[in-house]
Amino acid sequence: MSNEKIKAELEKYEAAVAKVVAKNPERAHLPEQRLYTPLDIKGVEAYTDEIGFPGEYPFTRGVQPTMYRGRFWTMRMYAGFSTAKASNERYRYLIANGGTGLSCAFDLPTQIGYDSDDPISEGEVGKVGVAIDSLADMEVLFDQIDLGKVSTSMTINAPASVLLSMYIAVAEEQGVPADQLRGTIQNDILKEYAARGTYIFPPKPSMRIITNIFEYCSKNVPKWNTISISGYHIREAGSTASQEIAFTIADGIAYVDAAIKAGMDVDDFAGRLSFFWNAHNNVLEEVAKFRASRRVWAKVMKERFGAKKPKSMMLRVHTQTAGSMLTAQQPNNNIIRVALQTAAAVMGGTQSLHTNSRDEALALPTQESVTIALRTQQIVANESGLADVIDPLAGSYYVEAMTDRIEKEAWDYIKKIDELGGAVAAIEKGYIQKEIQDSAYKWQMDVENKRRIIVGVNEYTMEEEPPKGLLKVDASVGVEQCKKLADLKAGKPINKMTKGRDNEAVKAALAELKDACKNEKENLMPHILKAVKTYATLGEICNVMREVFGLYEAHVSL
Amino acid sequence: MDKIKVLVAKPGLDGHDRGAKVVARALRDAGFEVVYTGLRQTPEQIAEAAMQEDVNVVAMSILSGAHPHLFPKVVNLVREKGMKDTLIIGGGVIPEGDIPALKEAGIAEVFTPGTPTTAIVDFIKANVK
Amino acid sequence: MNIAEELLNGNRFALSKAITAIENEHENATEIMKTLYPHTGHAYVLGVTGPPGAGKSTLTDKLAKEYRQRGKTVGIIAIDPSSPFSGGAILGDRIRMNSLTLDEGVFIRSMGTRGSLGGLSHKTADAVKAMDAFGVDVIFVETVGVGQSEVDIVKAADTTMVVLIPGMGDDIQAIKAGILEIGDIFTINKADHDGADKLMTELNMMLDLDGVMKDWRPPILKAVANQNQGITEIVDTFKKHHDYIEGNGQLTVRRTERTKNEMLDLLDGRIGSYIRRRIVENGKLDEYVEAIKARKTDPYSVVGEVMESMLK
Repeated sequence: MSNEKIKAELEKYEAAVAKVVAKNPERAHLPEQRLYTPLDIKGVEAYTDEIGFPGEYPFTRGVQPTMYRGRFWTMRMYAGFSTAKASNERYRYLIANGGTGLSCAFDLPTQIGYDSDDPISEGEVGKVGVAIDSLADMEVLFDQIDLGKVSTSMTINAPASVLLSMYIAVAEEQGVPADQLRGTIQNDILKEYAARGTYIFPPKPSMRIITNIFEYCSKNVPKWNTISISGYHIREAGSTASQEIAFTIADGIAYVDAAIKAGMDVDDFAGRLSFFWNAHNNVLEEVAKFRASRRVWAKVMKERFGAKKPKSMMLRVHTQTAGSMLTAQQPNNNIIRVALQTAAAVMGGTQSLHTNSRDEALALPTQESVTIALRTQQIVANESGLADVIDPLAGSYYVEAMTDRIEKEAWDYIKKIDELGGAVAAIEKGYIQKEIQDSAYKWQMDVENKRRIIVGVNEYTMEEEPPKGLLKVDASVGVEQCKKLADLKAGKPINKMTKGRDNEAVKAALAELKDACKNEKENLMPHILKAVKTYATLGEICNVMREVFGLYEAHVSL
Repeated sequence: MDKIKVLVAKPGLDGHDRGAKVVARALRDAGFEVVYTGLRQTPEQIAEAAMQEDVNVVAMSILSGAHPHLFPKVVNLVREKGMKDTLIIGGGVIPEGDIPALKEAGIAEVFTPGTPTTAIVDFIKANVK
Repeated sequence: MNIAEELLNGNRFALSKAITAIENEHENATEIMKTLYPHTGHAYVLGVTGPPGAGKSTLTDKLAKEYRQRGKTVGIIAIDPSSPFSGGAILGDRIRMNSLTLDEGVFIRSMGTRGSLGGLSHKTADAVKAMDAFGVDVIFVETVGVGQSEVDIVKAADTTMVVLIPGMGDDIQAIKAGILEIGDIFTINKADHDGADKLMTELNMMLDLDGVMKDWRPPILKAVANQNQGITEIVDTFKKHHDYIEGNGQLTVRRTERTKNEMLDLLDGRIGSYIRRRIVENGKLDEYVEAIKARKTDPYSVVGEVMESMLK
């Protein structure tokens, strides 16, 4: 059928609809366009360039040739709380129940490079994740878990170099060589400045540390994903779908630029870059977002950076369902939300997935809630049929049109950010933060004005009993952690250590690290690894770096 | 009536400021003067800022679970400065079960996820001294 | 509490309360000011102004720290625009000065412009006096410098610094007229960014444009506030300017002028509000307005008539 014929028929349809709508108006606050047709998408002749085949440029349909027909995505549940011992038990439970990768959550002092006994850590120890002060805690965290077999993702950014070094050191103790290690560190400082807030150092030294990690790992830990460039938190902070991928890919461009400037060849490190998306409520928009993001990144890597290897052009992505969309009201409804978000991530072609638990708007999840969340993935994988064909929504007029729209909006933002001098400059000017905040405010007002309905929150509400059985992290965790730390610092053996740490060796390693920090040409990783092995604490190591690098001062414009 | 002045603060190390910023803007749009402290403020800093700015309201947001420790500490420090009437409120991911203890400690009201900003504005207007 | 007395005794909360009374025009504000006035006149007042995004707060933060190092106590009054629609304001300067909060030798107060700009300059001047009476050595008054109103506010300062940044494009053309006149010192912040030298050249040209030889040609300094660069130079230059205007008597002239203006403003304000209140109370206001509307008389004649009858 020719376009002209479709156009004519469409006009007839619209005229008929106009009459219907005049009598029975449509619901309010809907997207303007009610129907998509072949007129909304590019013709068949654009197929090979813009959509193509799975595992092939521009990877719109996915990064692997067989996708989930080979094996399912990695079901990776983010977990960690309280002490290393408690988290270790949760990890082993998840592995025993079919979880296929670990994902470590660290508490805020750890994420910001403070020891548990620092005054600023008061009240925060062990709360949002596990407290890690030194290699001794890391040994307990991975006790009886074979680091040669499991793949581990660590949500750690500003001090990623230190935690990765601890992981390498634990593996070494287990007899696993570094080149066998598989996993990911988040290591994405730019989105910390823009959206998540756990920054330490200013951009310049932070970018240096990141490129140091790229370089070190390309030689020594080649199977490790050295960064997870994250849109997740940008979305959680309130951005739109297009902003999520646009700002994240702009961050990605900044990292690639920095590494190339440091003298690396793009194809030596680009294959280890990974991404992290949010799976939000609007199922079809999310699927389009995943597809658009792969196409944009492929074009960026090929056209802008001249990458040669297909692997360098693939946007591989971990996904988490949207935490900010969970409601504290009628929390069991969250199970349904997570199931829909899971469907979106799977139809979008994610490589791994964390599903949130129903009670996370109230507290950290209980074991029962976590099990339901994991089962949700298993049901989608095995029962829904969504994983049986590759990129099942391709060719939907709506989804293809939306993929094109999101791609265009992303390019527009990337262009604007380029004009501002790149992602770092755009963040320093507060541009990205302001765009996110404006979207967040608009969302909130839409909910309050009921332009957007959230079930159980602004519609279908009911009186509820306060939920019972929430997980509570005992305040004694902080005390216990501080006591252990005092013993460690005093040179007494803790946990499985056979003898106490040698404080002279710690001092020497820290002094050496300080010198290395001052020398911009020096890769910090070997020095950090050395310090970690003396059981120097995370706080001690980060303090040395703070002394040399200074602190980031946030740009806030409301 | 004086213009209502509010200190919006993020105590502790939690970096999630979406809620605090949305609330700050909503309070501004309700005609209040809003001093926003930014991230990672100690209770001492928050109390001192509240005193120097002579605010009518201190509004805090925590999503990390550190509220049982940090909220009461801020209340005590603010009162120690001689600010007897300052309305102190809190919000964030706060389990229902923790709320009675927080109120006992002097937090006038606790706003949990899903609260419309208008509820916060109305509460402040009704309770500010 | 007796606010003025407590303030003079060094009670920080009393200082805070005094500024609140001034800001909100509380009944006791005049009494407070009367008590404080004899204790004022010691602090050195620095105006900091410039376009939004110039990094004024970060710069003020670093300058305050430098003064602290030199053993001085510091007061900061940071003014942000209020929304003309809601009357609300986000007072966001403090966020860049968080590390000063717990320093007992520093007091920071944020204020919104609250629509009435004439009133604001007078309130700012009184807030400065409250800090002065409290015993603060150096007081910064920081405003977003875009309009005449802000220019008025900085008139409360002994030395005024205008902060600019590279890459503002044509903006500098638009604001140059006002700022060139009030700047005793110019600072190019973010001087590590492209365009700093170009801005320096442009500014130099503008400052020399009138071709008149001056005793004090405003120096143009460079700084990178967030990296602590150029800070000591700015403080040294403040000192130089202070010594210069003190030496040639200009400081006295400025302060005399200011005292005169403040008194006249106060008089204007008082008389104005006295007459307003009276014509509202005696019910004549509506009468006048109707008569003017009907073109039976005109506003000019009415004002003359009112003054005549009330100020005899």
